[in-house]
Amino acid sequence: MSANSKSSAYRSPLGRARGLGSAKSGVSRFIGERVTSVALIFLVIWGVWSALTLARGGYDGAVQWIGSPVNAVLLLLLAIVGFYHMQVGMTVIVEDYIGKPTTKALLLIANAFACWGGMALTIVCVLKVALIGGGS
Amino acid sequence: MAMSIFTRVTGGALYAGIFLLAGWALALVSGRETYDLYMGVLGSLLGKLVMFGFTVSVFLHLAGGLRHLIWDLGKGYAKGEASASAWAAMVFAVVASVAVWVIAAMTGAL
Repeated sequence: MSANSKSSAYRSPLGRARGLGSAKSGVSRFIGERVTSVALIFLVIWGVWSALTLARGGYDGAVQWIGSPVNAVLLLLLAIVGFYHMQVGMTVIVEDYIGKPTTKALLLIANAFACWGGMALTIVCVLKVALIGGGS
Repeated sequence: MAMSIFTRVTGGALYAGIFLLAGWALALVSGRETYDLYMGVLGSLLGKLVMFGFTVSVFLHLAGGLRHLIWDLGKGYAKGEASASAWAAMVFAVVASVAVWVIAAMTGAL
């Protein structure tokens, strides 16, 4: 049962795969959850700090703030990475607690719609104000 | 053990919270009146309560997530370490949240 056996040509596909972990999509999700976690450590701290700035500035301050490319890019990253992290996290919760296949599938679809929809909405809104500016 | 479920529960709270961010972007693009209304709702007593809960959730989930990242590295499992980091995470969340709101009050953000 040695994993280092050189005579792999004689081994069945199952024998080769055994002990090497999941062959499904679990790994990419595991990594995605952690990479977004690390990114969000920085993005969220910046976000809290920015929220304090925005709370003081009113509408004009917010339009001016989002007009700065650094702010616009970081805000977009926060929304993109944040919504993706939400989708992955909520998927784990649904899979942990919902056993009924139909209910689970419906919740996972609703989760995907909400997160991708929210992400797209935020991106378009941020870009419009960042590139074109505010109204009157 | 409690901290583990707090991380999950606050994750759920932040799920709702990120839609506040989407709402903010939508209010901003809608123009001055809508934006002022949106910020007015967030700045009301109930809004402030929600935002404070949001702040605590952010820092609790941040600290809880950091704990999980450290565990993923294979560290922090020694006897007593898990409990110690759980307490540290909860204390950090409270202190950081209060600090943010004190700074907010001092700089006129409230």
